[in-house]
Amino acid sequence: MPELTLDGLRVTARPGTTVLAALQNAGLSPLRRSLSGEPRGALCGMGTCSECRAVVDGVTVRTCLTPVRNGQDVRRLLEVNRDF
Amino acid sequence: MTSEWEVVVVGAGPAGLTAALVAAQGGLQVLLLDAQPGPGGQIWRGAAAGQKGAAGDLLREVASHPAITVLSGAEVVAAEAGGRTHLLSVTSAAGLRHLHAERIILATGATERFLPFDGWTLPGVVGAGGLQAMHKGGLDVRGRRVVVAGSGPLLLAVAAGLRRAGARVLAVAEQASLPDVAAFGMAAARLPGKSREALALATGLLGVPYWADCAVVSAGGQDQLQSVTLRRGRREITLDCDWLAVGFGLVPETRVAALLGCPLDGAGAVQVSAWGATGVPGVYAAGEVCGIGGVDGALLEGFVAGCAASGQMERLRDAPRRAALQRRFQRVLERSFALRPDRLPTPSPTTVVCRCEDVRHGQLQPFTDWTAAKLQTRCGMGACQGRVCGPACETVYGWRFGGVRAPLAPLPLAHLLEDPSTLGPP
Repeated sequence: MPELTLDGLRVTARPGTTVLAALQNAGLSPLRRSLSGEPRGALCGMGTCSECRAVVDGVTVRTCLTPVRNGQDVRRLLEVNRDF
Repeated sequence: MTSEWEVVVVGAGPAGLTAALVAAQGGLQVLLLDAQPGPGGQIWRGAAAGQKGAAGDLLREVASHPAITVLSGAEVVAAEAGGRTHLLSVTSAAGLRHLHAERIILATGATERFLPFDGWTLPGVVGAGGLQAMHKGGLDVRGRRVVVAGSGPLLLAVAAGLRRAGARVLAVAEQASLPDVAAFGMAAARLPGKSREALALATGLLGVPYWADCAVVSAGGQDQLQSVTLRRGRREITLDCDWLAVGFGLVPETRVAALLGCPLDGAGAVQVSAWGATGVPGVYAAGEVCGIGGVDGALLEGFVAGCAASGQMERLRDAPRRAALQRRFQRVLERSFALRPDRLPTPSPTTVVCRCEDVRHGQLQPFTDWTAAKLQTRCGMGACQGRVCGPACETVYGWRFGGVRAPLAPLPLAHLLEDPSTLGPP
């Protein structure tokens, strides 16, 4: 089973699942803050809305289109934005 | 060695898979590309090649056909129609690549229509098809309380699927009236194979309240959805829930078609002939990009476009009769679930309409068209490029979304700076 890190939390996920599902199953449903600071989560689940963006191994991706892989480092934009 | 594909099929759902297989059977070299990590589209997402049933059979045949190349995780970002060959620019993990195609079959499907209401931006409020997709992507819904709301037969399929997966579906709230829903059910039952499917659906939903004439009022919660308020008649009901799956029908995904110059019909779908030909020579279209009609229509149209693109006209003898049946079904579908203003959610002035740019209903109300609103408020200019707020504004304000331009998907700047390579047939 792939093991990945979500905002520093180590989790395992079934192969074939998306990074989005791994985040949601870990209770990390808010993924970013909007321009005016509102919490936002995934909406469409199929790559259309871009609300599920997160930084996976340093690259911003749509997590619903990104399958889990062993060793991935996933950071929500909520966390990333705190760096600035 | 040529660098041109005889056929490029865009979209690997039921229509695209069928079109690719049929065109390959006709002797053509086919590239089948799709944005998702694997083929199947939304309806067959997560289906495995070789599993029992139509999806498994088709996936296996496509995967094993020597003349078909499958390219997953790839999105068309630009498209240009040419006289003899067409050009598609495709982004994927491998970078930006050019594809030259003699014929293109567009099977880009549809996206969900979302409508704004107070609280719809809370995490936990998701598309109806969206929650289904998330579940198929591995989201665990066991024991979770779900309310399914909006419009269309997709709501029932979603509710049944989630329930099978262990979710507690508290209610299905449909804006259409009960007689209209019943009329749809009767029309569906007349299609071959549909009555058994409907029975299975009904069995899967035993005990789940189905409320017709029901409007979504608002979603509540702090940083996460906690409840939804619905209106039935003059009564408002608030249900505590973990997920609100909401969708108001489907919208044909016509962006690649628009870049190629394919004319659209009044309903915003790609216009096609009886043989799936669009208004652009060498470009065909099949499935929900030509109008919302479900998986059976998509399979038929994929077959027709695949035959037409590969010149197998003798296989099309029975197609017009079957197509007429599907079209009748499609018209009942449209009529039965036509959106009724009095049953739709009502945004308040502070309701966000454009999620990417945080543009609110009150800011958009003064405008009379999409372009003016976009210029003054940035509505539709964020990451989704109007894919969510475009159809919403069409319903709420009557604006027709326009201005499709490349790149159609966000792509790393590095991909633009590199010299794109050409992906030719093997």
